[in-house]
Amino acid sequence: MNAIVAPAAGSGRREVIFHASGVTRVYRMGEVTIQALRGVDLEVYAGELVVMLGASGSGKSTLLNIMGGLDTATAGEVRYRDQDLAQASERVLTTFRRDHVGFVFQFYNLIASLTARENVAIVTDIARDPMPPEEALALVGLEDRMDHFPSQLSGGEQQRVAIARAIAKQPAVLLCDEPTGALDSQTGIRVLEVLAHINERLNTTVAIITHNAVIGEMADRVIHLRDGRVDSIVENPQRADPATLRW
Amino acid sequence: MRTLHLKVLRDLARLRGQAAAIALVIASGVLTLVFSVMGHDALSLTQERFYAERHFADVFAEVNRAPRRIADPLREIPGVAEVEPRVRAPARLELDGFDDPIRGQVLSLPDGRQPALNQLHLREGRLPERARSDEVVVSDGFAEAHGLVAGDALRLIIGGRLVEVRVSGIALSPEFIYQVSPGHLMPDYERYAILWMNESALAAAYGMEGAFNSLSVSLQRDADREAVIDALDAALARYGGTGAHGRDELFSHEFVTLEIQQLGMMAVVVPAIFLLVSAFLLHVVMGRIIRGQRDQIAILKAFGYGNLAIAWHYVLLTALIVLAGSIAGIALGAWTAFALVDLYMEYFRFPELSFRLQGWLVLLALGVAMVAALLGTLQAVWQAVRMQPAEAMRPPAPERFGRGWLEGSALMRGLGQSSRIILRNLARHRLKSLASVIGIGLSGGLLLIGAYQLQAVSHMIDQQYRMTLQMDVDVAFTDPVPPRVAGELRHEPGVLAVETWRSAPVRLHAGARSERIGLLGMDPEPRLRRLPSAQVGETGLPTAGVVLTDYLADQLGLEAGDALEIEFLEGRRRTVTTQLAGVVDEPMGTGAYIRRDALHRLKGEGPAVTGTWLLVDSEYEEALYDSLFDRPEVASVERVREAEANVREYMEETVLVFAAVFVLLAGSIAFAVTYNNARIAYAERERELATLEVLGYSRAQVSWVLLGEIALVSLAAIPVAWASGTGFAWLLNQALTLEFVRLPFVITPQLYGFAALGIIMASTLSGLLILRRLRGLDRVQALKAAE
Ligand SMILES: Nc1ncnc2c1ncn2[C@@H]1O[C@H](COP(=O)(O)OP(=O)(O)OP(=O)(O)O)[C@@H](O)[C@H]1O
Ligand SMILES: [Mg+2]
Repeated sequence: MNAIVAPAAGSGRREVIFHASGVTRVYRMGEVTIQALRGVDLEVYAGELVVMLGASGSGKSTLLNIMGGLDTATAGEVRYRDQDLAQASERVLTTFRRDHVGFVFQFYNLIASLTARENVAIVTDIARDPMPPEEALALVGLEDRMDHFPSQLSGGEQQRVAIARAIAKQPAVLLCDEPTGALDSQTGIRVLEVLAHINERLNTTVAIITHNAVIGEMADRVIHLRDGRVDSIVENPQRADPATLRW
Repeated sequence: MRTLHLKVLRDLARLRGQAAAIALVIASGVLTLVFSVMGHDALSLTQERFYAERHFADVFAEVNRAPRRIADPLREIPGVAEVEPRVRAPARLELDGFDDPIRGQVLSLPDGRQPALNQLHLREGRLPERARSDEVVVSDGFAEAHGLVAGDALRLIIGGRLVEVRVSGIALSPEFIYQVSPGHLMPDYERYAILWMNESALAAAYGMEGAFNSLSVSLQRDADREAVIDALDAALARYGGTGAHGRDELFSHEFVTLEIQQLGMMAVVVPAIFLLVSAFLLHVVMGRIIRGQRDQIAILKAFGYGNLAIAWHYVLLTALIVLAGSIAGIALGAWTAFALVDLYMEYFRFPELSFRLQGWLVLLALGVAMVAALLGTLQAVWQAVRMQPAEAMRPPAPERFGRGWLEGSALMRGLGQSSRIILRNLARHRLKSLASVIGIGLSGGLLLIGAYQLQAVSHMIDQQYRMTLQMDVDVAFTDPVPPRVAGELRHEPGVLAVETWRSAPVRLHAGARSERIGLLGMDPEPRLRRLPSAQVGETGLPTAGVVLTDYLADQLGLEAGDALEIEFLEGRRRTVTTQLAGVVDEPMGTGAYIRRDALHRLKGEGPAVTGTWLLVDSEYEEALYDSLFDRPEVASVERVREAEANVREYMEETVLVFAAVFVLLAGSIAFAVTYNNARIAYAERERELATLEVLGYSRAQVSWVLLGEIALVSLAAIPVAWASGTGFAWLLNQALTLEFVRLPFVITPQLYGFAALGIIMASTLSGLLILRRLRGLDRVQALKAAE
């Protein structure tokens, strides 16, 4: 194991919300097998904001999906608090996703036949303690576009709808796969501010995948992935305010 | 959940073209079911009610003349409930302002009241008054044809005596729902009438005082009908009884019942085929639509919607489409069934129609459509929810192309790039392509059976009237006459050829089975009435033995060479044994044929004829017709070409309406399926097509990628249509083989052409619609949408 695991200062105080050890994920496509994850060991603490960096194909999305219960590990151990996710049944995973996790997908994945507001509502409809869809959309600056369909929105706007959708249910965990990928830096920062705000105000644990190393400055910890493994974890002594980031 | 319901409506709006096409398929399937079952049910219910209300008799017997007093003791026969003796007299009618001869039969009514059996349903007026001998009730078809109303005057000639009468009422009778003069197939309301008058009056006119010549009998609930018939025969034989028979041998009942049975068979077979095909199509199409929503299912799952909630969402979507289609199908089915039955009303004289939409039918229609559509839906949903949401959400990975046999083939190398894309697409989605081919093929098969019905009926009529019946005029005598009398007709102006025949009522027995029929004695080599068969066709009738319609031989369980017993029901009532010399293949009716001399021998009588066939110069036909009618010995004259025209008209108005409805529906289904197929192919290829355009392909090349695929699938579907259509037609043919009509199983090249043309037209139309869509293809939009 070549990962330099730098234990967070005072980690003893902090509650582990995700625990992963020896996680592998193999995709089988006919004859070919692809090792997306090759043994990931990782702990994520409650209330922290982590940023995941790594080359394309290094396994970031795969790991995030497994943490969020969208995918299951081929081998290894994955726990959310006390709950085993590696062996969990489909039904348990569904409940887990519904009750605890907010997702922002790399490809937005909005429902084309629903407006922005309805795309958010479809999640708040089944959430335990959601904020009104309008409020979530206002947080991402889309209060004027609520009744537009995805096809009437730009890529960045669609991404912001996706973020509103993820935060509206006020989840315990927010998993974001390249939430700013399609945004100009100004809008990107605005979105990051929303994520940081949610993290601070609601004590939501936030994981952000990005290719943009600058974003790492706003994190508690930056996790580097390489070739399906955790390459290094760097702890920021001081989290930067997203407003101060420049790229 | 509210938003999810909203999504159902939004999806419906977005898929409206496809949803409408699917609803059309459902509506067509349901329509055929409701149309056939309701039409059949309405007729049979109407018949049943009319019979029950008017006390339709179970058994009938005709005698020469029996004293009235023997009627009462017949009630003592075990199983007999009611006995109604009456007088039946042939008559001629004269009506001011109508020159053609009119024939009819007059039946007696107990003076001034309804009989116990076969009561009249008075549509207008009243029964003859008790003491009056100059009042008659006339059949409503005749009254309608001549615009008769109560009070109108008629002249009757009964037994050579002129009787002046007035119409007291217009009525329908359960005995004469289908009114044809003896020996005819189709009604002629202008020239044939049924009349009822007081018994005392009729008996006086016909010389039947204190006697009867016709008997109606009703049976007790669990009576043994055959035993009653035997007992009646025994009691009536010495009065010239020609054999009692059940109502099933009464022409009106037989014809109406067979028609109803035939409708009943159609009501099972045709909707079964239609529903099965629609079910298959629904399954395929719904499945494909849902598979197109794979990513949306993944999103819902990712946010914590359970599989059940997701399945329910799509079930709702499907159910709405099915419901819309079913309701349309049920409404249109009921409406067309009503129209069909209304057509029958012109031929079948019922007092009123009983029409109902049965609950089970609605449930069945809805159930079949729902199950079929939901199976397709749930199967696709199941496939989608089984995937890890992470996987399902990824934009579809560039699909892998195998280097199959297709790749290296000369075919591939010879084609342009766009054509190669088409072939690869088809080869890659083998199952999907196959389902499309089968789906379109089946809809083409439906087209084929629709057209098959049209053609088979017309082919059958051709066979009967062009191949078998060669005469122009068929004359029947009231009583057997010496051959000389018929010979005289040879000298009438316009008569080109004469062939005589002798018909004798018999009962054929083969083991336990028996059948009442008129045994037709003909010339050794009849030329005016052919016997279509390999065995008899060339050489004429065998010197000894009987030839039967193959269907009748089957019914009796006989094969050529088998022994056969003939019981004559007139004259000396002999029973003789002969053999089945051969069978003839006739599509309509049943017949038993024998050489006339052999018939005389078996019957033990001298030469006599009961009718003659004439070949006539058409110029003289009209005049000849009138003069024949004026001959006292002539009972009926049928002009065969006219009969053919009537039969054709009847068939066109009934069977062909049925078939036309099916062709129309099959056409809609074919269109709906090809359109859906094209539409889905378009949706699946939208990105690819846009990409090709961006890469510099021309619109025409891009269009070809899509249209070429549609065209290829449609062409491949044509043989499937032929095969399935032939199978369907065979099924239908089996189902429709009833006593009266046996449709010949002939599939002509035209039928194949018709099915192929139908598919090509449906595909062309769909292609054009897709082309319009393709023109509006927004490259940017198509590429942007990441779903
Ligand atoms: N469903 C799948 N089937 C096959 N291979 C897959 C699948 N999903 C991911 N992979 C492969 O697994 C590896 C890791 O993929 P993953 O999406 O996790 O990378 P990533 O770090 O998110 O990359 P990017 O930054 O480009 O999004 C890649 O090589 C990818 O091709
Ligand atoms: Mg990724």
